[in-house]
Amino acid sequence: MVWLRRTFDSTVGMKWLMGITGLFLTLFVFVHMLGNLQVYLGPDALNTYAETLQHLGELLWVARVGLFTIFVVHIVSAIRLSQLNRSARPQGYAVITPQVSRYASRTMLMGGLIVLGFVVYHLMHFTLGLVSPEQFHLQDAKGRHDVYAMVVIGFRQPLIAFSYILAMVPLMLHLQHGASSFFQSLGLNYPKYNNLFRAVGPVLSAIIFIGNCSIPLAILAGLVPYPVAGH
Amino acid sequence: MRVTLKIWRQKNAAATGGFATYTKDNVVAEMSFLEMLDALNRELVEKGEEPVAFESDCREGICGTCSLVVSGIPHGPGKGAATCQLYMRRFKDGDTITVEPFRARGFPILRDLIVDRSAFDRIIQAGGFISVNTGGTPDANALPIAKEQQELAMDAAACIGCGACVAACKNASAMLFVAAKVSHLSLLPQGQPERQQRVLNMVAQMDKEGFGACTNTFECEAACPKEISVRFIARLNREYMRASWGDK
Ligand code: HEM
Repeated sequence: MVWLRRTFDSTVGMKWLMGITGLFLTLFVFVHMLGNLQVYLGPDALNTYAETLQHLGELLWVARVGLFTIFVVHIVSAIRLSQLNRSARPQGYAVITPQVSRYASRTMLMGGLIVLGFVVYHLMHFTLGLVSPEQFHLQDAKGRHDVYAMVVIGFRQPLIAFSYILAMVPLMLHLQHGASSFFQSLGLNYPKYNNLFRAVGPVLSAIIFIGNCSIPLAILAGLVPYPVAGH
Repeated sequence: MRVTLKIWRQKNAAATGGFATYTKDNVVAEMSFLEMLDALNRELVEKGEEPVAFESDCREGICGTCSLVVSGIPHGPGKGAATCQLYMRRFKDGDTITVEPFRARGFPILRDLIVDRSAFDRIIQAGGFISVNTGGTPDANALPIAKEQQELAMDAAACIGCGACVAACKNASAMLFVAAKVSHLSLLPQGQPERQQRVLNMVAQMDKEGFGACTNTFECEAACPKEISVRFIARLNREYMRASWGDK
């Protein structure tokens, strides 16, 4: 139990928590994007995918509770660490000249909090159907929850489309630093592999940014058809 | 050349400080930054004013006594050099240079540019001793150490404990210092018997002194006059978790 307390109460331990939870959240965000991209395969593909997830039953709840726990640990550790970090320098410098750090690494808390705000909105929109209930209850020809229609109709509203695109900016910055940073937090730093570790953040965050933003942009441009013949 | 200096002045630990502006003439490129401050102080004394308090000792970059944040950079511009190795040729005629103390809760200001860095001593003390058998001089080569291992340990041991890593970090984290000290001993056979307790105690003391955590911005490595690598912080993270797990 001393071991657990050290992990949750020391600066080094909490960085492990940040690193592990950050890694899982990053993997989730990446896989989530792959799922989203199936919108390009048409309504049947996307709705089948959505139905498969829904039919996981208990497994879906295990995944949801797991993800939620990881998210909470990430946020709580982030806030506690940020408080410690802030109080470690009560009086700031008049002049600061950063030598190597990037904007993304200096704004992790702010970016993270904006992402949190977006996640809440996003869940209300597409998971709970509180934002546009009339689009949420659509059904496709096979009587399934019509996720395809919900997404396409949703993103044909420029305001919603642009708010999603805007939200991807802080996520990209968060991952630009975070998806390289967790290697170091988890004790991985080897000169032979460091170039690789330090490339993961920028590359992965760019892929996720482009992949996710392409969807509202393509829909706004009318490249994703709806209604589709036969549906 | 002539430079304008904006220097942090603070009477004592309890006083609220502020910047004072001085114009320094007759600066030559060959002067070190500290010599330039010496010259400024001579002028201040001649005018009957209090000289600027700052620390220095060896003035050749090995003792870790000098500090100063020069225009937003601990130990000033330039890689791998302490403030005493900073020369006025880095600056141009007419430059304004801001000089501040290292700022951290763990390094309270004593006066002007002097901070109390004894928190580092307490962290070292928390690390404790190493066990060495007494007796006659050991045989040479009785204790073989791989070359890479030895070199890595010596890279870590190059830390002079100046505190620039804390000063440069946005979180005022002492992680690079602690990582260097922990790694140096944990890489060598002499450091093995107390290896686990050492890292746990040093990190606990570091947290108790009020230093922040690591965000992996790597500003510490850039500011370090001995260019200690952040790879030692990753090693500290490994050492800490292994020790913590082994000491349930
Ligand atoms: C999709 C959601 C998120 C993902 C994928 C994510 C990912 C990451 C990753 C990979 C790291 C690097 C961990 C490390 O340095 O070892 C990180 C750090 C961080 N995250 Fe997140 N994060 C997310 C949400 C959030 C939220 C909602 C917050 C709000 C509090 C937050 C705050 C932080 C902070 C402050 C750090 C830096 C901690 C530090 O080292 O000082 N993150 N995140």
